[in-house]
Amino acid sequence: MTTISATGVIRQRSAVKPSARSKDPSLARRLPVLLLFLPPALLLFTIFVILPMGEAAWYSLYKWDGYGLPTQFVGMRNFEVLFKNTAFLTALKNNALIVVVSILIQIPLAIWLAMMLAHRIAGVVLFRLIFFLPYVLAEVAAGLIWRFVYDGDYGLFASAAHLIGVETPYVLADKDLAIYAVLAVVVWKYFGFHMMLFIAGLQSLDKSVLEAAEIDGASGWQRFRYITLPLLGSTVRLSVFFAVVGSLQLFDLIMPLTGGGPFNATQTMVTFLFNFGVTRMQVGLGSAVGVVLFVICVTLAFGYKRIFMRND
Amino acid sequence: MTDTASTARIATGTKIYLYVSLTLIAAIVLVPLLTTALGGFKDLGDLRTNPFGLPATWHPENYTDILFGDRYWRQMMNSLIIATLTVCLTVSVSAMAAFTFAHVKFFGAGFLLNYFLIGLMFPAATAILPLFIRIRDIGLLNSYWGVVLPQVSFGLGMSILLFRNYFRNLPEELFQAAIVDGCGYIRFFWHISLPLSRPIIATVSIISFVGSWNSYILPLIMLNSETMYPWPLGIMVYRGEFGTAWQLVLAFITLTIMPTIVVFFLAQKHIIAGLTAGAVKS
Repeated sequence: MTTISATGVIRQRSAVKPSARSKDPSLARRLPVLLLFLPPALLLFTIFVILPMGEAAWYSLYKWDGYGLPTQFVGMRNFEVLFKNTAFLTALKNNALIVVVSILIQIPLAIWLAMMLAHRIAGVVLFRLIFFLPYVLAEVAAGLIWRFVYDGDYGLFASAAHLIGVETPYVLADKDLAIYAVLAVVVWKYFGFHMMLFIAGLQSLDKSVLEAAEIDGASGWQRFRYITLPLLGSTVRLSVFFAVVGSLQLFDLIMPLTGGGPFNATQTMVTFLFNFGVTRMQVGLGSAVGVVLFVICVTLAFGYKRIFMRND
Repeated sequence: MTDTASTARIATGTKIYLYVSLTLIAAIVLVPLLTTALGGFKDLGDLRTNPFGLPATWHPENYTDILFGDRYWRQMMNSLIIATLTVCLTVSVSAMAAFTFAHVKFFGAGFLLNYFLIGLMFPAATAILPLFIRIRDIGLLNSYWGVVLPQVSFGLGMSILLFRNYFRNLPEELFQAAIVDGCGYIRFFWHISLPLSRPIIATVSIISFVGSWNSYILPLIMLNSETMYPWPLGIMVYRGEFGTAWQLVLAFITLTIMPTIVVFFLAQKHIIAGLTAGAVKS
């Protein structure tokens, strides 16, 4: 739902035209196309998206190892277990932390870079390409590359530490540091995407307002603070939305880096689902995580649209 | 700050500030990638003492051994097959459904479109366990289709939305004229809508191809024999096997991400536009 506004912001020319269809062709003409064109999508979507989601809600009430039929009904026990599990609570906290870091570091960084790349200087296109590059790389590859960077024996961190003469840190093995190391990789991987959103946002601004302000003697910072930033409001909200959605499904990047460890310090909801639900075949518990994730996603999609994207 | 740029010349001070900052950030992006590629040419001792610089002695055999083995090619092939099937199925199924939403009036159309849009709201991970059980029960476990079908289904919401918006923005007169002249819907779709839709077909293809090429969690759960593994699973296995022989792992990573980087630089305009147009799965 929210993506309607998401795509709307980027492709602004897609204004809806008032429909001029007054005379509709007869049902006999419409029926073949409906019977031929709709069922494939409808079937796939129902079988592989809607039904599994419903089943997740159903399975979450059972204790089940995935074989035969779920018979051992346990009511809300899986959810109780979940919210008492320290690893799951860490996962929730980490998901929130990713969003916070995204808002406090990633988005300002993205705006700053987008503003710099709006200058007409040589090499802009190349810089833009380089900054977007991490986003197109597979999460797994990016995760492995950074695992090497952080490696205490061979990595860049090891030799950097050696150079300034401190003891080599094993960041990914340290339960207090690991999550920050992961967060740094998240920013590295995704800032280019957010930068692109802001580049598109800046291009759609009305230049005359800024020129008028400049003639009136507003400083660069004033123009940014009181004109550019408020006008970028919808892009900021869009960017926050993508950060939240990305955080909720973060998995591929964590697995090669830490796999959720050490001592579950870097679990996210999806790695928790995988480590505790899938690998141990605790279908009930895993489905309960899925339901929690689903509720958060849907609440977010509707709530966010209602509260923040009303005017866009 | 930005807009003086278009009118006035940029002061030298500003220019220095811009280039220094941009180069610094570019270095943070590129150094890990370059050390990975160079690291693949080193031996382990060299890697330990000197991860930044050029190799003391070049070891191209790290790369050539992988290139002459069949493991690398098999994984790339698996990824390519899965991605191609995903793209073809996504484009055809969602273009057809979107066409009915754009041009055919029927009872419940609005409701049905919203039904598909539910798919935009949650990631595949949410339903991964029931999906696994379903794929297992219909006997598609450890087959390409076991990965492709869920992947296509979860991409449908986005693709239908993109196609529908595009179809609606094609000139309405075309459609009116064709229908009045007695052209059927299906012929109109095939001979007029599709040929005019190349840009959106490209966008949807790019989104679903990149998504499939990089995807990890679905194949991880649906495939269980290594000969079926696409490359993201393959490099994880490779790393597990060669443990701390980082030089080999680095060479392997470099070779697997090479196609992505080459294609990205060749088709950057389309890829950036495509991915920012519909990147829900960021």
